[in-house]
Amino acid sequence: MHLSTDLGVWIAALLTLGILSFLYKDNPAYKLCEHLFVGVSAGYYVVLNYFSVVKPNLLDKLFGPGPDYFLIVPLILGVLLFSRFFPKGDWLSRWSIALILGVYPALRITGFGQGDFVEQIHGSMLPLWVPGNPAATVNNWLLIGGLLATLIFFFFSKEHKGALGGTAKVGVYFLMVSFGASYGYTVMARISLLIGRVMFLLHDWLGVLHL
Amino acid sequence: MGFVTWLAKLDRRWIFLAMGLLVLGPLIRPLSLPLTVSRPVQGFVNAIDAVPHGSTVLMSCDYDPASIPEMVPMTRTAFRHLLSRDCRVVITCLWAGGSGLIDSVLTEGAREFPSKSYGQDWVNLGYKSGNEAVMVVMGQGIINAFPRDFRGNACETLPIMRSVRNYSSFPLLVNISAGYPGTKEWVQQVQARFHLPMVAGVTAVSAPEYYPYLQAGQLQGLLGGMAGAAEYETLVKAPGLATRGMDAQSLAHIFIALMILLGNLAALPQRSSGGKS
Repeated sequence: MHLSTDLGVWIAALLTLGILSFLYKDNPAYKLCEHLFVGVSAGYYVVLNYFSVVKPNLLDKLFGPGPDYFLIVPLILGVLLFSRFFPKGDWLSRWSIALILGVYPALRITGFGQGDFVEQIHGSMLPLWVPGNPAATVNNWLLIGGLLATLIFFFFSKEHKGALGGTAKVGVYFLMVSFGASYGYTVMARISLLIGRVMFLLHDWLGVLHL
Repeated sequence: MGFVTWLAKLDRRWIFLAMGLLVLGPLIRPLSLPLTVSRPVQGFVNAIDAVPHGSTVLMSCDYDPASIPEMVPMTRTAFRHLLSRDCRVVITCLWAGGSGLIDSVLTEGAREFPSKSYGQDWVNLGYKSGNEAVMVVMGQGIINAFPRDFRGNACETLPIMRSVRNYSSFPLLVNISAGYPGTKEWVQQVQARFHLPMVAGVTAVSAPEYYPYLQAGQLQGLLGGMAGAAEYETLVKAPGLATRGMDAQSLAHIFIALMILLGNLAALPQRSSGGKS
């Protein structure tokens, strides 16, 4: 056992234990850690964004050697966003928001159209008979059948009765399987975080685990 | 019936305690449970192995410290894998909180390759704000989007960047991502638009979202969470943090599955009485 002599590791370890203490019951140590986390995170991200976004992309280029005066336009648009704090002048922020709303949907719509819509339809056009490979044949039938049944479940223009209702019910079973898979993966993600913290406590803090 | 009543009234803190012990135990005394390599992970390794020696590969690490246990093992293994194949690696980051962490992971990984030098064999271009807009600008020129690297060097002075113009300079994009912006955006903005072959390592919670991309061939390989990272470490014969955590992961999953079964068993009397009323 080699207990850490690093003050930072001790602070991190005690904060970890403070947060985990909530599992027993709500207590002042947990509240302290929670408030510290919120405050420190907010402060950290403000400073981080100033030094990694505002300073290199705007201030250094505007006030450094060979200034780029065109950057006054994004500076003004950025400042206008803060007008939302003042009810009388909050309409000024709409100029900046209009620009954001103009650029980002355009970027995302074209990306979605190419990356998701077209490619996913293309990806679902599969042969229903793969010679010499029965497993692939079954997989393709399952994929196409599941896709059609799920799409029918989301078709609301006709009451889900008879053949339509039966197919929609099959679609629900496919959806249930996908929710189950998502839940399993979510459990894995959360357990991974716990493992990460336990590894930190055992290795970095207590020094009883050799990685 | 007594057992079911006891189960229904069980204090949940006993379950937390049992879970804690199940995670703690295998970390202290590993069980070496078997690990099977899945096809998506094999695809990830095959895609990197297919990159010609000496190529320059783009690697985007889009995460922050909140996802260290899943993302860092993937980053470390992929970076080592690329350097061991004599590939040169250009690293970018689209998450503000991740650039410092990623630099320390890469610097530590590069120490294992004394013959590889910064600026010549790998470069960390650091963080750039703008999400999808950065990806689009990189398509016009990598140096346009990243004029300076993480250490403040002008990118045009770095030997590795002399052969890099835009996405056409790379045979493969390796994306390690914990959310937005990440794999989905790289697929939509870069793989689909610039036809750059791509593999991804993602957090477990987001992995199901990316299987359609894998099925459609838009991703050549996928690492899902700690299990994906552990399988990757197994395939390249470099067991690390993810492999070490998998015994605990497996026991925790069995325990949760058992708890779900028992929880449903405990809820049966309530459901049947509810049905009668």
